[in-house]
Amino acid sequence: MPDEPAPSPTGGPPDDPLFFCDPTTRRVFLTRAAGASAAVTLGHGLFSGPDAQAAVQAEAGGGEAGGEEEVTLLINGRQTKLRLDPRVTLLDAMREHLQLTGSKKGCDHGQCGACTVLVEGRRINSCLSLAVMHDGDKITTIEGLGTPAAMHPMQAAFVKHDGFQCGYCTPGQICSAVGMLAEIKAGIPSHVSADLLGEMSASEEEIRERMSGNLCRCAAYSNIIAAVREVSGDKTGGEA
Amino acid sequence: MKAFTYERANTPAAAVKALAARPDTKFIAGGTNLLDLMKLQIETPEHLVDINRLGLDKIEPTPEGGLRIGALVRNTDLAADSRIRRDYAVLSRALLSGASAQLRNKATTAGNLLQRTRCPYFYDTTKPCNKRDPGSGCAAIGGFTRNLAIMGTSEACIATHPSDMAVAMRVLDAVIETVAPDGTTRAIPIAEFHRLPGNTPHIETTLGPNEMITAVTLPPPLGGLHIYRKVRDRSSYAFAVVSVAAVMQKNGRNRFAFGGLAHKPWRVEEAEKKETAAAVAEAVLAGAHTTPQNAFKTLLITRVLTSIFAQAAA
Ligand SMILES: Cc1cc2nc3c(=O)[nH]c(=O)nc-3n(C[C@H](O)[C@H](O)[C@H](O)COP(=O)(O)OP(=O)(O)OC[C@H]3O[C@@H](n4cnc5c(N)ncnc54)[C@H](O)[C@@H]3O)c2cc1C
Ligand code: SF4
Ligand code: FES
Ligand code: FES
Repeated sequence: MPDEPAPSPTGGPPDDPLFFCDPTTRRVFLTRAAGASAAVTLGHGLFSGPDAQAAVQAEAGGGEAGGEEEVTLLINGRQTKLRLDPRVTLLDAMREHLQLTGSKKGCDHGQCGACTVLVEGRRINSCLSLAVMHDGDKITTIEGLGTPAAMHPMQAAFVKHDGFQCGYCTPGQICSAVGMLAEIKAGIPSHVSADLLGEMSASEEEIRERMSGNLCRCAAYSNIIAAVREVSGDKTGGEA
Repeated sequence: MKAFTYERANTPAAAVKALAARPDTKFIAGGTNLLDLMKLQIETPEHLVDINRLGLDKIEPTPEGGLRIGALVRNTDLAADSRIRRDYAVLSRALLSGASAQLRNKATTAGNLLQRTRCPYFYDTTKPCNKRDPGSGCAAIGGFTRNLAIMGTSEACIATHPSDMAVAMRVLDAVIETVAPDGTTRAIPIAEFHRLPGNTPHIETTLGPNEMITAVTLPPPLGGLHIYRKVRDRSSYAFAVVSVAAVMQKNGRNRFAFGGLAHKPWRVEEAEKKETAAAVAEAVLAGAHTTPQNAFKTLLITRVLTSIFAQAAA
């Protein structure tokens, strides 16, 4: 944990892990959020303290560094060569080395989904994967899905349905939703699919289950579901 | 995270050689359990061998009529395989009840079997834990035990094995195939794979220190009605409080395996001959060591079995 919680830039409560400040002071928030979330213990194992120091140390190449590794990532259609400490996660490589700060760090432990990106078309938690393990992989982040001028249909639907409040979970939600619809299309069943061998639908119940890896502390869930259902084109299972 | 060096292996033989070449080396597969624990410095390997590109990602029929699942097959792909969905539905269901879609897209068959406990004190590095730090004691005994084991516990450890997949594999009598650095292979029945804690809770399986899991084989399909019932504190993205994998047959040759009860998937084959839920539960739970916080698990198991028998009779 950082020794001293950084003063709140906009006068909000300094130890509230859900207090999000304006993007220009994101660094302050990040340091603080990483420290503060160590105190958020929800049940056993969930939201246990992320190791903020480790990220910083890996960042600085601290410890008895085991040398750097070369890795080529194909992010959002662009090929990038990096030399990285093997400790650097895919999430940190994108955020800290490539300035792709759309993907967010919520828990750093696979428990929230804020870091969700698409690797070879499949959604994964980029916080629980090492960048060096993705040599040659094709990665799509929120920045690669669309731009403000030419939004991906899922981005447009989130705007239309107000699928967020603070927006911190949103890049992960959108990448996850895109990956999820591809999984439904590929016929991959879920825990709530009544028939494992039947056709898969994007009913509200299915979306709730399939999106359970993305938490939203603002609880914008009903609007997120409305947005995803609109893009899915699925009319079964009642109105969202 | 402690510093480590990294290499990627290209063949299973090279992977086990690399594992044996230096101490404190670990394989990394999906990384969803290992990296989580490395960030907390509960796991501190000095060298990682990436086994993701060994080609062990196929599901193939066996000459006996079963299936051979490569160690690196992702949980999503295993659950979605049409043969698994049709002939081993209990396994599909168990996998789909675990973790989140993002995690299942990375998590592998071998990594899932080898995932470590979710005992809260194992995760809390300020507390004694014989599993994390052998000989230091067990903070769970006398502590918060609601989610901990009631069967096969020891004075040293009362942790459970958290996997859903392993419970289904236990009911199906899966066999774990391994290879050692000298090329020797072994086939370990899942009943003998996970260990009870005894005095060495840090030794969790019978896998050798330099052995690699190459595949898990499933015997020919059993037929019957496949059910996986998971009871948890929220309806998704949570570990089991208890779970039951069942294969129910018209002739009464039922099979049951249990999660959330012990340091390994729990199965009492003698109990499967009983004809009612209460009788099965009584035989399965004989010798239970409960605490006031987790004694409810015995009643919960009886009730889950009652609902499974009712579903099979319907
Ligand atoms: C938030 C969260 C929720 C979860 N919920 C559930 C749940 O509800 N149910 C459930 O069952 N699981 C759950 N999990 C656990 C998840 O299923 C495991 O993390 C995953 O299956 C581990 O697989 P992996 O390939 O990522 O393993 P890794 O993390 O890569 O490896 C785990 C261990 O296995 C070793 N290993 C891997 N492959 C081999 C091999 N071929 N031979 C020898 N050793 C090997 C590694 O060295 C390491 O020690 C959850 C995890 C998280 C983070
Ligand atoms: S129950 Fe086992 S894992 Fe939990 S604190 Fe005790 S020794 Fe450690
Ligand atoms: S940051 Fe929470 S899952 Fe990755
Ligand atoms: S966390 Fe604020 S919009 Fe989801």
